[in-house]
Amino acid sequence: MNSLVPIIALTIFVLLFGAGLLFLVSLVGPKPKNSSAKNSTYECGIDVQTTGHSKISVRYYLTAILFILFDIEIIFMYPWALAYGDFIKEGHGLYILGAMGVFLLIFIIGLIWEIKSKALEWD
Amino acid sequence: MGADLFEVSVNLVKMIIIFVMMVQLVPLLVWVERRGSAFIQNRLGPNRVGPLGLTQLLADAVKFIFKEEFVPEKTKRFLFYAAPVVSLVPAAIAFGAIPLSLPINIEQFEMFGSTFGPYRFAFQSFEVGIGIVFVLGISSLGAYSMLMAGWSSNNKYSLLGALRSCAQMISYELALGLSIVGILLLYGTFDFATMIDAQQGPLTFMLLGKEVSVPFLPNWGIFYQPLGAILFFTAVFAETNRTPFDLPEAEAELVAGYHTEYSGLKMNMFYIGEYGHMMAASALMAVFYFGGYDIPFLSPDSVRETFLGWGLSANKAAIATAFLFHVSMFAKILFFLWVFIWVRWTIPRFRYDQLMDLGWKTMLPWALANTIITAIVIYIMRTNWS
Repeated sequence: MNSLVPIIALTIFVLLFGAGLLFLVSLVGPKPKNSSAKNSTYECGIDVQTTGHSKISVRYYLTAILFILFDIEIIFMYPWALAYGDFIKEGHGLYILGAMGVFLLIFIIGLIWEIKSKALEWD
Repeated sequence: MGADLFEVSVNLVKMIIIFVMMVQLVPLLVWVERRGSAFIQNRLGPNRVGPLGLTQLLADAVKFIFKEEFVPEKTKRFLFYAAPVVSLVPAAIAFGAIPLSLPINIEQFEMFGSTFGPYRFAFQSFEVGIGIVFVLGISSLGAYSMLMAGWSSNNKYSLLGALRSCAQMISYELALGLSIVGILLLYGTFDFATMIDAQQGPLTFMLLGKEVSVPFLPNWGIFYQPLGAILFFTAVFAETNRTPFDLPEAEAELVAGYHTEYSGLKMNMFYIGEYGHMMAASALMAVFYFGGYDIPFLSPDSVRETFLGWGLSANKAAIATAFLFHVSMFAKILFFLWVFIWVRWTIPRFRYDQLMDLGWKTMLPWALANTIITAIVIYIMRTNWS
């Protein structure tokens, strides 16, 4: 808890810094003169044809789901990597290497299957 | 944050100075980028305003402040304003968690008739024991500000740029996270300071249970993890959206990506966020693979002894030592920042499917191979076979 206080303090300071800058600009900058041509969404100079929120390719969702799966697997390696040296020192090196080997094998099979099933093709 | 008022105020001031330092480095980097790109392309770049064009930055900053505050119609106003402000936060916090020099140990001293101390000030905004995990977690929050900007702009280019950048960032985060596993195997710690301590002195490692030393090389991570260093640095380019991975703002296809609708200071804040990310990434590169604030063949204790020998008091010697090592760390950070700029003006941009293929089908398998090889080599080297 104690180590969280400076992080929160810095976050608040940075947010205030950014908001303060925006406020400063709104004070000293010239006041906008509105016109429909200026205010409309930028679309390379032509009249607006589409809404900003059109359909999104399903590839992005697929990438996101695959990312979550693989990221959890990678995070699972962190405590293993941390404890690895201690296990070797106590003479259990082969055990921890084999235990992670099985996990990594599943990881690699998953990656190969993912590539083979063309989940990562962008066309 | 501290036991008494003196410690708390020093910590707060330190925190603000590090943040302001980060913000102030951005115009300088923009200048280096413009001049550097100019020299690479055989032209002069900005050289009219002030000596070497250095005050161009000041003129730019003033211009940014006096720009009109403009929001296009049909935007989601709150998110539109919040996105640039939020983009500052992950960079600032990630940079603040990285130690920039040795901690300063202050002994008891007297001031204004009362005694203070002893104190220990870390040369960073705040200390977190789980440094690596914290910095990785925080810096990946940068995707949120891009998505906020892209979604709230109500512009198809913005949304496409934001989606691309998000997909790219998460794809390269796998390679980034996996390339660090080698470093964790090597040092067995999440803490940056412990990691830097382990990289002091000459190159020393265990070979089949015996200790081997190479006296003419520093004990830096790059000599143990060359492949990991390359993978990490490449992934960091994608994480910070720099060329050759700047697909989110591929101007030939997407106008300007997620900040198409932004102008003036709001756009400038995105740049501060991006350069802040680069600084954090450069600092991480230095800490993981280049000894952090370590100066080769110079131990902090011997430097402190030298300063004491010059007649400085113990407190002043501690401060001077910390600043000397800070110069070393800063030189490393500036070098990697220059590499960022150098690469930007050397290598052209990828196509989007090539980018994703590189992330998933090349870097991820190589990072896996790096992890497995590191684990096996460490097992063979460190086990006592006799």
